[in-house]
Amino acid sequence: MSKDIKIKKGLDIRLKGVAEKTLSNAPRSRTFAIRPSDFHLVKPKMVVKEGGKLKAGDTVFYSKEHEAIKFVSPVSGTLTKIERGAKRVILRIVIEADTQDEYADFGTLDAGTADAEAIKNRLLEAGCWPFIQQRPYAVIADPETAPRDIFISAHATAPLAADYDFTLQGKEKELQAAVTALSKLTEGKIHVGVGKNGKSPLEGLNGVELHKVSGPHPSGNVGTLIGKIAPVNRGETVWTITPQDLVIMGELFLTGKFNAERIIALAGSSVKAPKYYKTKIGSEVSTFIYDSGLNEENVRVISGNVLSGTEISPKGYLGYYDDVVTVIPEGDDYEFFGWNKPIFNKVSASRALTFSWMQPNKKYELDTNTNGEHRAFVVTGNYEEVFPLDIYPLQTLKACMVQDLDQMEALGMYEVAPEDFALTEFICVSKQPHQQIIRNGLDIMYKEIG
Amino acid sequence: MGLKQKLHTLKEKYKGKKMAPAFNALHTFLYLPNETTHGGTHIKAADDLKRTMNTVILALVPCLIFGIFNAGYQHYAALDNTLRAAPLANFFTWDNFWLGCMTVLPLVIVSYVVGLAVEFLFAVIKGHEVEEGYLVTGMLVPLIVPVDIPLWMLAVAVIFGVVIGKEVFGGTGMNILNPALTIRAFLFFAYPTWMSGDKVWVHGAAERAQEIANGANVDAISGETILGSYAQNQEVVYSLSDMFWGFIPGSVGETSKILIILGAAILIFTKIGSWRIIFSTLIGALTMGLIFNGVVNMGWIGESSNFYGLMSVPFWQHLIIGSILFGAVYMATDPVTASQTNKGKWIYGFLIGLISILIRVFNPAYPEGVFLAILLMNVFAPTIDHYVLQGNIKKRMKRLKVKTA
Repeated sequence: MSKDIKIKKGLDIRLKGVAEKTLSNAPRSRTFAIRPSDFHLVKPKMVVKEGGKLKAGDTVFYSKEHEAIKFVSPVSGTLTKIERGAKRVILRIVIEADTQDEYADFGTLDAGTADAEAIKNRLLEAGCWPFIQQRPYAVIADPETAPRDIFISAHATAPLAADYDFTLQGKEKELQAAVTALSKLTEGKIHVGVGKNGKSPLEGLNGVELHKVSGPHPSGNVGTLIGKIAPVNRGETVWTITPQDLVIMGELFLTGKFNAERIIALAGSSVKAPKYYKTKIGSEVSTFIYDSGLNEENVRVISGNVLSGTEISPKGYLGYYDDVVTVIPEGDDYEFFGWNKPIFNKVSASRALTFSWMQPNKKYELDTNTNGEHRAFVVTGNYEEVFPLDIYPLQTLKACMVQDLDQMEALGMYEVAPEDFALTEFICVSKQPHQQIIRNGLDIMYKEIG
Repeated sequence: MGLKQKLHTLKEKYKGKKMAPAFNALHTFLYLPNETTHGGTHIKAADDLKRTMNTVILALVPCLIFGIFNAGYQHYAALDNTLRAAPLANFFTWDNFWLGCMTVLPLVIVSYVVGLAVEFLFAVIKGHEVEEGYLVTGMLVPLIVPVDIPLWMLAVAVIFGVVIGKEVFGGTGMNILNPALTIRAFLFFAYPTWMSGDKVWVHGAAERAQEIANGANVDAISGETILGSYAQNQEVVYSLSDMFWGFIPGSVGETSKILIILGAAILIFTKIGSWRIIFSTLIGALTMGLIFNGVVNMGWIGESSNFYGLMSVPFWQHLIIGSILFGAVYMATDPVTASQTNKGKWIYGFLIGLISILIRVFNPAYPEGVFLAILLMNVFAPTIDHYVLQGNIKKRMKRLKVKTA
């Protein structure tokens, strides 16, 4: 049974450099890295010391708060370096890879017959638990709390996002195994959102509630899916998992191995030949960026999409959750009278001498310039145009800024994740860091309430 | 080494210094800064606050130009009444333009120079960037004052308005009252004789009155506004088309209704001004006008009453009299002081319209209530938003109760 979800409020940001649907194998990376900052609020407790040998799937560190949550190595190799920053915070754990992967064997598990406890333990010990995010607070799920429902969005609408219909082709078996296993962990439903147009590998899954989603971005955000189906109430927990992580989970059940293989899109206007690569979590991004080539020198490399990805150096590593690497030009130059002349080459949600409204299908080459300076909130009513949730975005942001916990709770902070505020941040005239504000708000709630 | 590079070097030199905000304000006026995104979204939309404010100024320019011509036209027409027979032919003349420039441009200059000086001063003292709010305020102020207002008065009012109306609350984006209207309110209550009556709306009227008082044998220049005539139950000398096109005395920029409608069209089309506020204000004004028409039709009020004149004005004519249209389009829509929720904007605007006409009709001392109505609703806007938010909060609570029940 499928239910249609149609979003009207939103904005599709069309960028140049969409990945062409051809798949190449990225050269094997010499080193791999895990960034603990990918796992928000997790304090890593190292298990392996520098120089230690690891198989793919061996635990590298676990979470200090929830010791059961293990984080595993994506490849087999030698842990060569634990890079630390201020106050000895671990910035990066670098693993020098063997030429051939050796896998830790967790043994197969039939998701259909296994009980919930066995499934949960398997996910925890094999390092698949971090793929499960929870709301409220948008952090890795607490293994002690059963979710009300589980939400999966297989409809990517963010700019230059990897197309799940392409990257998940042929993975039906793994997806089904993962979904069957997850369904044991909740009393509620597993809601899956797929694009209305297109053939998603998730459409044929058993045991899920399918929703056909259409409309502009953020219709593909899992937050939108939750908001339109059953928003999170106080005291409830829901889980969200991205489809590419479901594949890794499914493979774990079917083969007993943690296979960190991932098909990623290399996209962006600075990329010479944007296309899809088969690589692994934590690889050096240079392995495929230089395979494809760059158009210019002065670029920003982003692990993730342009709205909520992480800035990395061209020598950096693919993030733990990301399935797209975007390369766009840096915008560190001045523009003469940039604030008042008519603008044809940038995206705008207004029509104030900006003309992107005239060419809704034009593709743009946007750079990282802020297009203006940080200001106090002035304009009102514009966020609502791109914000499909039944939440007042401006008032929620302000409640977060003044750390008014009661108001944050009342206005629906349990329902949101920072990425839900990516579009409002994009169009913000005052150039306020919305996602950071929401993140800080969620963190303080987690500390005080959660 | 071009200008761009030179300015960049200067900016680096001034970084962290006390005068940096002042330099940056001028620098960013010439060049969009070279700032890049860090954390959060890696790309940003083209609009910034400067562009937003600039759009409002563009929407005001037609009113300013018309106001310049009108200042000259009203002066010469007051001297020679025959000019009014063919306003269009006698309006866009060099004489009018020249006299208008001599009287209106000083207002614009004083407003900007004084206001921006205060803004720069506060930015330097507080160490924050100069925010763009005053760009619009500075343009609005000369358009909502009588043409002959002494410049020192305007300067004092601007200082008061910017400091008390805005900076004490923390600057642009933090103020409760609309700064331009705070300035006007200050002028009105501090110097009432310069802000109302029949001698202030036409250039030279006050001086001429003085000459007559001193015994000169010349005709008096009278520039009674339409509202003034109505309030005194006098015959209105201007035709409806004059009111619509704007060939009437009044504050500098508010007379031409057609150009204000053009400005509204610009603001709504560019999505800078809230159409919700504009329309709901007009609906509110029409509603109040209809109520008063009803009162007159029911015979509850006699012709002898003080209020008869304004109450019997056909309801739709309220929109082309006085400054209700200007207020609705340029003043009520100020996003900082208006309601910030879409639902709230409807209520906020409607009440502004309602109260404007209420004050207009019932206040015998001062027959225009738009600015008072907007200031009043500025104060109540957070309350309106509070109740709109409560609606959303209650919905969330109810959802929770249904679940747990």
